[in-house]
Amino acid sequence: MRKQLMKGNEAIIKSAILAGCRGFYGYPITPASEITEAAALYMPKAGGVFVQAESEVAAINMLYGAAAAGVRAMTASSGPGISLMQEGISHMAGAELPCVIADITRGGPGLGNIGSEQGDYHQVVKGGGHGNYRTIVLAPYSVQEMADLTALAFELADRYRNPVFVLADGFVGQMMEPVEFPQKAIQAPMPPWAVAGTAATRGNLITSLHMGCDDLEAHVLALEAKYKLAEQREARAEEWCAEDAEIVLVGYGIVGRILKAVTAEARAGGLPVGVLRPITLYPFPIVHFQRLASRARVFVVVEMSSGQLLDDVRLALNGACPVEFLSRVGGNVPSHDEVLRFVRVQALRFIGEEQMAHV
Amino acid sequence: MSSEAVQEYTVAQGRAKSFYTRYERKDELQHQTHYCPGCGHGTVHKMLAHAIDELGVQDRTILIAPVGCAVFTYYYFDVGNVQAAHGRAPAVATAMKRSRPESIVISYQGDGDLSAIGAAEILHAANRGENISVIFVNNAIYSMTGGQAAPTTLIGQKSTTTPEGRSAMTEGYPLHVSELLATLEAPVYMERVGLGDNKQIAQATRAVRRAVENQTRGLGFSMVEVLSPCPTIWKMNPIDAQRWVRDVMEKTFPLGVFRDRTKETAPRHALRPAPALDAIPRLLGLAEEDLPADHAHTVARHREIDLQVRIAGFGGQGVLLLGEVLAEAGLDAGLEVSWLPSYGPEMRSGTSNCHVRLSSQPVDSPLVTVPSVLVAMNEPSLRKFDLTVRSGGWVIYNGDTFPADCMRDGVHVLALPFTRLAAELGDPRAANMVMLGALLEIDGVLPRASIEAALGRLVKNPRWIELDERALARGRELFKESLRQGSWAKESRAEA
Repeated sequence: MRKQLMKGNEAIIKSAILAGCRGFYGYPITPASEITEAAALYMPKAGGVFVQAESEVAAINMLYGAAAAGVRAMTASSGPGISLMQEGISHMAGAELPCVIADITRGGPGLGNIGSEQGDYHQVVKGGGHGNYRTIVLAPYSVQEMADLTALAFELADRYRNPVFVLADGFVGQMMEPVEFPQKAIQAPMPPWAVAGTAATRGNLITSLHMGCDDLEAHVLALEAKYKLAEQREARAEEWCAEDAEIVLVGYGIVGRILKAVTAEARAGGLPVGVLRPITLYPFPIVHFQRLASRARVFVVVEMSSGQLLDDVRLALNGACPVEFLSRVGGNVPSHDEVLRFVRVQALRFIGEEQMAHV
Repeated sequence: MSSEAVQEYTVAQGRAKSFYTRYERKDELQHQTHYCPGCGHGTVHKMLAHAIDELGVQDRTILIAPVGCAVFTYYYFDVGNVQAAHGRAPAVATAMKRSRPESIVISYQGDGDLSAIGAAEILHAANRGENISVIFVNNAIYSMTGGQAAPTTLIGQKSTTTPEGRSAMTEGYPLHVSELLATLEAPVYMERVGLGDNKQIAQATRAVRRAVENQTRGLGFSMVEVLSPCPTIWKMNPIDAQRWVRDVMEKTFPLGVFRDRTKETAPRHALRPAPALDAIPRLLGLAEEDLPADHAHTVARHREIDLQVRIAGFGGQGVLLLGEVLAEAGLDAGLEVSWLPSYGPEMRSGTSNCHVRLSSQPVDSPLVTVPSVLVAMNEPSLRKFDLTVRSGGWVIYNGDTFPADCMRDGVHVLALPFTRLAAELGDPRAANMVMLGALLEIDGVLPRASIEAALGRLVKNPRWIELDERALARGRELFKESLRQGSWAKESRAEA
C-alpha cells in the first residue's frame, strides 16, 4: 500500500477511527491540539461523537461515560492536561474501563513551556492517580508508529479493560513522515459488561467502589493479576545493532531516532554501540535489558527528562551492568554530536584505550 | 403492629418495578436501606422509580450515581447503573447519552457533588443542552462525610466546618444553582421542589416525572432541584427536619419553575446514520485514489542521497510550505523523507523554521542539526543557523548582499533578493518557491514531475499553482545564471 505524508498527531486520529474509535472527548493544548482538531473534523463524519470539553477533568470523565457505554473512545492532551486527568484515569482503572489517551508531551513542571520534553514519564508510566493501578504505555518514535501503536492501544485497552497511553513527545506529534494505514476499518463489538441502555445490559454495573476491605483487596489483587499477565505478554522493545553491542544506548520517542543516528556514526568509527528502544514503557521490556546486559559493558540512558526512564533501566538491570545518563530538559534536545561525544567518553571509560585500539 | 391494623391500609402505590425486589446489604443491615429514617433520598428514589415505570423506560435507563449518600442507588434501581467520580456525573452522562442516544440517562446528584466540586460539569452540560435529566438533591450540607458546609449551606447554619454558623463574610452566600443555570439559553426545564409536606411531595413527583419525560421526547436538558431533609446531620427528628425544609430552607431557596421551554422546543432529530465500515478509509482521505501516485517519478539511484535541509524565516513567509513541498516531492520520487516544524507561538509571529530530510536510506533522526542546505529567508534566520551548515553545504539567502561576517570557508552561498524577484513575478509571497527552485537545482535529484505532483497535492488554488510554478522556474534560472556568473564563487571560497 502506498504511503502518505502526514503529521503524527493526524495519524493518531485516522488510525483510531480505523480501529473502531467512535468517541473523542478533549481539551486543546499545544502540542496535542492537532489531534483534537482532526477529531472534530473526522469523528462526526465516521458516525462518532466529538465533544470539546470544558476541562481535561470533564474530558476524562466523558471518556469514562463513553467507555461505560461500550464505545471505543479516546482523548489527547499534554502534561498539564494529563495532570488534571489523573483523577479520571484512576477511576477508569478502578472501574476497569478501557480507553486510549494520547499524551504529546511538553516542558514542565507547571506551565513549563511548549518545547518537547519527556517529563511526563513518571506521571504516565507509574500511574499518576491514586490507588493500586497501572496504565499500559506505548511510546511511538515515528509517524508510522503513531498509527500502528494507536491501533494496538485500542486492542490492549479492550483486552485488559484498562486505560492505555500513547506517550509521544512534541516532535513525534508535530513531524510529518510517510505513513500507511490498513485499508479496512474495523468495528469493535460491544463488550458484554457495558451499560448501553438496553434490556440486555440492564443488569450491568460500572463502579470503582468496593466498600468492604476484603472486597477491595480482592479487586486490587485481580487488577494486579491482570497487570502481571500484561507484563508477561505485552512488553515490546526494538533492538538495533544491539546483538554485539558493548555500549547499549537506551531512549524512547524522538531520542530513539537520535540514538540510531549516533549509532550509525559510532559504528562507522568502530565503536561497538547499539540501541535498545523501549516501545512499551509499561510493561517495561525487562527481558531485553537482562539479555543485552550479559554482553554490554555499560548502558547509556538518554532522555529529555531528569532521570525518569533511568529509574526503570536501573531496576531492569538490577545492578547487572553500569548505567550512565545523559539528559537535556526544558525543550532542548540532546544533539547528535552531544550524544556521540558522551558515548566516546563512556567508551574510553568502560572499554578502555587499549581494547579500543582493537575495535 | 397487629395484622388487624394492617388491614386498615390499602396500598395505593406499591414497589416500583424499576426497584430491585431485594436490596443486597451486609448481614447485620439487611433489614434496612442505606438511608437514615426521614432521609429525602428514599422519597426521591421512589418518585424516580415510578417515573421510569410510568414512562416505560426501565430497559433504556442509565442511572449515574454520584459520590455522596446516593452512591448506592445501584443497590435499589433495577436499571443500567454507573457510578461516577465526585461531581463528574454530568460529564459521564454527556458521553453516555451521546454514545447511546436511545438510552435515558439520569444524573442523580447531591448538593456537594453538583454545586461545589462539580460546578463546572453541571454548568457546561446544561449550557450544551445535553439531552439528560438531572435530579439534584439539595440538603444544604455534606451528609455522607459527616456534616461539612456545602455551597448551599444556609447563612447561620452550623456545620462541622462552620462551627459558628455560615457567615456571608467568610463563606459567601448560599449558591442558587437553579437560578444560576436559568440564565443559560439551552436548558428546557428547571424546577425547584421540596419534600416539606405532602403537597410539596406531590409537586416534586410531577416534576421528576417531567424531567425524565422531556428526555424521552428528545427535548434537551432538564433538572429538578429537590430540597430534601437530612435529619441525622441536621440533628433533628424526621418531622422537624421536614418542617425545616418548608419553613427555613424554602426561604433561601424559593420553590418554582425557573425554566420551561418544553412546549416551544422541537424534539431533536436522530443522529445521522453511521457510514458503512468500508466507506471509512475514504472519509479519512485514505482511499486508494487519495494516496500519492506510487513512486511515479522515481529518482535515479546513481548515488546515495542524503539531503538535510533547514528552512527558516519569518512567520508568513511560507517556510513550512517550502519544506512540505520538498518532502512531498521526495516521497513522490521514492525517497525516504521527514519534515519537522518548529511549532507553537512561533507560528503566530516571529521566526519559523523546519527540518527536512530526503534520503535514499531510512531517515534515522528527523532533526537536522548540521544541514547540507540552509534556506534563510531573512537575516535573523541566517545568523541563527549559518554556523551549523556543514562544510561543502549551501546557504540560500534572501537578501541583496550576504553579510560579510557570515561568510565561511567551505560553504557555498547564493544570496539574492528573492522577495523582490517574486514580487516581479506577481506576488512577493512566492519568494519561498523561488528559493525552492534554486535549491532544487543544487542537487538536481528530484524530477520536475515530482515537484509538480507535490504542488498539486499541497496547493489547492489554481492561481497559486500557476504562480508557484513560475516562481520555481525563476528560481532554477536564477541559480543557473548565478552559476554562470560565478557570483556565489566570488562570495565564498568554496570548492566548486
